[in-house]
Amino acid sequence: MGKTVMIVGATSAIARATAAAFAAQGHDIYLAGRNADELARIAADLAVRYRVQARWGLFVAEDLAVHGAFFTQAIADMGEMHGVVLAMGYLGDQQAAREFSVGGEAVILVNFTAAVSILSQCARYLEARKQGFIIAISSVAGDRGRQSNYPYGAAKAGLSVYLQGLRNRLYPAGVRVITVKPGFVDTAMTYGMAGLFLVASPQYMGERIVRALSKSTDVVYLPWFWRYIMLIIKFIPETVFKRLKL
Amino acid sequence: MTTLIQPLSGWGRYPVETCATLRPERYQDLRVTAPAQIARGQGRSYGDAALGKAVILTERVNRMLAFDSVAGTLRAEAGVTLAEILEVIVPQGWFLPVTPGTRMVSLGGCVAADVHGKNHHHVGAFSQHVIDIELILVDNTRVICSATENSVLFWATVGGMGLTGIIGEVSLRLIPISSPYMQVCHHAAADLAATFALFENAAVDDAYSVAWIDCLATKKQLGRSVLMTGHHADKAILPSRLPQSGKAKSVKSIPFDLPSAVLNPYTVQLFNQFYYHRENSKTEPFFTHYQDYFYPLDAINHWNRLYGKRGFVQYQCVIPTAGAFVAVTALLKTLAASRRPSFLAVLKKLGAQNQGLLSFPLAGYTLALDIPMRDAGVLALTRELDAIVLAHGGRVYLAKDAVLTAQTFRKMYPRHAEWLQVKQTVDAEGRLVSSMSQRLGLGAYHG
Repeated sequence: MGKTVMIVGATSAIARATAAAFAAQGHDIYLAGRNADELARIAADLAVRYRVQARWGLFVAEDLAVHGAFFTQAIADMGEMHGVVLAMGYLGDQQAAREFSVGGEAVILVNFTAAVSILSQCARYLEARKQGFIIAISSVAGDRGRQSNYPYGAAKAGLSVYLQGLRNRLYPAGVRVITVKPGFVDTAMTYGMAGLFLVASPQYMGERIVRALSKSTDVVYLPWFWRYIMLIIKFIPETVFKRLKL
Repeated sequence: MTTLIQPLSGWGRYPVETCATLRPERYQDLRVTAPAQIARGQGRSYGDAALGKAVILTERVNRMLAFDSVAGTLRAEAGVTLAEILEVIVPQGWFLPVTPGTRMVSLGGCVAADVHGKNHHHVGAFSQHVIDIELILVDNTRVICSATENSVLFWATVGGMGLTGIIGEVSLRLIPISSPYMQVCHHAAADLAATFALFENAAVDDAYSVAWIDCLATKKQLGRSVLMTGHHADKAILPSRLPQSGKAKSVKSIPFDLPSAVLNPYTVQLFNQFYYHRENSKTEPFFTHYQDYFYPLDAINHWNRLYGKRGFVQYQCVIPTAGAFVAVTALLKTLAASRRPSFLAVLKKLGAQNQGLLSFPLAGYTLALDIPMRDAGVLALTRELDAIVLAHGGRVYLAKDAVLTAQTFRKMYPRHAEWLQVKQTVDAEGRLVSSMSQRLGLGAYHG
């Protein structure tokens, strides 16, 4: 079995907790992100706390052209890659995203296009090795479009569908593809936001994400009850849903 | 970053204030962004030291950056807790040089309060083991300070209650240990004179020492205590039945506020009787896990709920050796006369003071008392206690304090004027301000 787990979008609280949960099991970690100072700090922390190898590389999601070179370099740095956690996400400014004005397209670009781009690199590598996993953090926002954040939701919905197809493709190669759909998590993204309920800690997310690998579920809602919350929301007929203020 | 407005309090749960909180996750976001902010780690100071209009929560800026397991040095961001540090260093044969009575505190908090441990009479306070600090000043420049570099700022920052800058990173020298166990000895003392005699007896003294006092005992028994001494146990002499990796007692939790009537003079007296006789029966040296020795109360989550919703104040003072016996006698008598049961009363000897301008420890004896916040009478009681402490040249510990007046504070901390000069140099506008700093005249916003 390979050892290294790559975390893409490694500086968020969920990503950090997931990296910690993998490192606690003895996995070496490769962190990818755009903030060198933070990456270095998180890598140092993982190495001190869990006595594993932790390295990092700069990865700018929007810079699609260099994803291939980035991935090759990461493999060269670590020697191998056993699995990938795609944790990058960009909520952005919903108004800008809605109008598709300056900055608005980043919501689609980061959450969908860049995710597909880097995952295609990972998929090719893992398919050839005939082992490993891809865990991607999508969102419950992708389960149904609603006026408050539908460009973000649409990008995450696209990602969820992409992961379905990828799972189907990589199944014969023995590569697990897991879609994680978090509800509310206590992160910088949600801190101080009104109307949150049943907020999960990043540590809980990290532990459950790692645990998902030892279970057979392909689409994991975290915490679990979000599966049922979303089930109800998905069942509301569109003629009714369009009148709601959600 | 978005702001979350929430009620906060210190560990004593008095006072409770509504604070606008920020919670940075990146080191670069740990910065002064508005007037009148104060950094807060784990909120384990007891009073209002980490309260204010605007509070910066450092709990997520908690990365350990380097641990040299050969030299025994650690560098970490200030939001990390001692518990997290111990989890890493103990299995590799190292320990904190100084630890307070809880490991649920942040590293930054230990520096800001210049905390002491049961070994202060031998090794001094926390700051004396700090290699250096990266301090984030109010203009968000970062400076390294230590006893040799920017030393004026260093000695104003240790014990400076977070008011000279945000403590960003700390490097610390650790001490080697060969097992996670302590070898502990209990000595019963029938009264306060016997307690002091034990403290002064070099044959009884050990690396660590602390006395638990039954503060409801009166008259002839006033100040009866159990002195608990100990040192890190050598691996070679550990009985084989102890698990090698070490195991502490499991953690229990107090799930809700107890009615304040639960702790009354009768129940506390019962407990103290039981505890005194149980603990002083352990006359032979024994082995115990470091967590059970240093952090008995950490085994009970939310133990502050014992005191009910109104909370409590912890009164901790130090009295210079010369007047210590007289003063502690007077303090205990005053407390006993007030019929306010103190669940926890702890006495220990402190060593020489360091150069920290607002550092608490000085050569003498420190007494810590929990006083439930029942009514306004508590304030009258602490004023009485303050008068005794002042009369003997002592002082109150700011990390525990919620009630001291500015006037009394100035008398207790003779170097406060020097400290204010440093504050003036690094933060003339008063951008770093806490409820405590305003109460004690250690800085208010006037931009």
